[in-house]
This record gives sequence, structure tokens and C-alpha cells, in this order.
Amino acid sequence: MSEKPKKMAIIVHSGTLDKLYPVFMLSSTGGAMDAEVHLFFTFWGLNAVKKGGLESAKLPGIMSVGTGMMRDKIKKVGVPSLPELLKMCRSTGKVKIYACSTTMAMMDVKKEELIPEVDEIVGAATFLDIAMDSDVQLFI
Amino acid sequence: MVAARVEIELDCRGMFCPLPIVQLKKATRTMKQGQVLRLLATDPSSVRDVPAWAGKTGNRVVETSEDSGVYTFVIEVS
Repeated sequence: MSEKPKKMAIIVHSGTLDKLYPVFMLSSTGGAMDAEVHLFFTFWGLNAVKKGGLESAKLPGIMSVGTGMMRDKIKKVGVPSLPELLKMCRSTGKVKIYACSTTMAMMDVKKEELIPEVDEIVGAATFLDIAMDSDVQLFI
Repeated sequence: MVAARVEIELDCRGMFCPLPIVQLKKATRTMKQGQVLRLLATDPSSVRDVPAWAGKTGNRVVETSEDSGVYTFVIEVS
């Protein structure tokens, strides 16, 4: 290792396809660059870590009608699907996934409804403790 | 010459970011220190991405070349 391992902290607030792609592309790349990546899924972002959430993510607002076309295009150029990118993130062994406990209560989401890749259900202080100590902090 | 010691060739032609970097990490994880890999890529972003990846992971890009849109990187694992 040339230097101290880097840390990335991303708050995933959005649950739409266009925002989830950068989240998982940056996370898989960060993991491949030996960075520790911490993803905090909150508000609409929580939908992404519900079972079937990544598969059903759509483009935002009125653009949602074009989701199928966008997915076809993504597939055509050989860019992985969101579930495939999640798998790549996990295969680096560096990407941790947290679900926001308050959002779960607000949206009536049970632990069993979340994908098994969720490492922990946490609050803001736990995530900030990690984020304050990180080299990259993003809100997506 | 390091290029003469290439043991693994990784073909990422036709792939776009983030795939070449993720594949590169996957391939080098099983390699030993001093082993050499040759990466072929067509994504123009790899010209900067591969050295950036190497810098952060402590590996060494010993050779870079381009021939009709195909970028070749020779990487020594540290």
C-alpha cells in the first residue's frame, strides 16, 4: 500500500435510476481502488435497498416513461444493471451498506423487507462518525 | 524488460467505466508481487483511470501505448 487507505462516505437520498447509477459506479470503483466505501440509504434511497428495489428503479418524474428505453440503451452498450453493480461492489469486500432507522420507521419498512446486503441499520450519529473521518463525502 | 514478463492478459475492449477498473482489481487480487499483467481497453477514460487506480492501490504502470483506439497498459503488481 502506497498510503493510508482512503474512506468514502455517501448519503444515498435518491431512489431513481439516474442517481443510483453514479452511487454504484463510484462505489464499485472506490472499492477497486482499495478505498473503504460507506453507503447510507435514507429517504427515497431506502427504496433501493428494499427487496426488488434496484430492479424497479425508474427515471425521475415525467421522464419515468423513458425508463425502459434507458435500460435497453444501458444494456446495449454493456454497462451492468444496478443489481450487477451491487454485486461488483460487494465482491471488492470494501463496500458497506447502512439503512437509516428513522426512514424505516417513517415508511413502515421492516428489516425482512431489506436486501441481505444491508450490513447494519443505523442512525445519523453512527454514519456521521464515519463521514467525519472520510476523505470523500457525497450526498446523492 | 517488464513487458516480456506478462503472465496475465486482461481484455477489457468494448467495456466502459467502471468495468475495466473493477476487472483490473479482480485480476490483480490473485496475483503475486512482481507479477505482470497486460490490460487492453478501448474506453478513453482508461488513459487516466488506470494510472489513478495504480497510484491508489500501490501498483505500477510500467508501459502505456495506443494503437488505433486500443490502449495497452503493462502493470506490475506490487
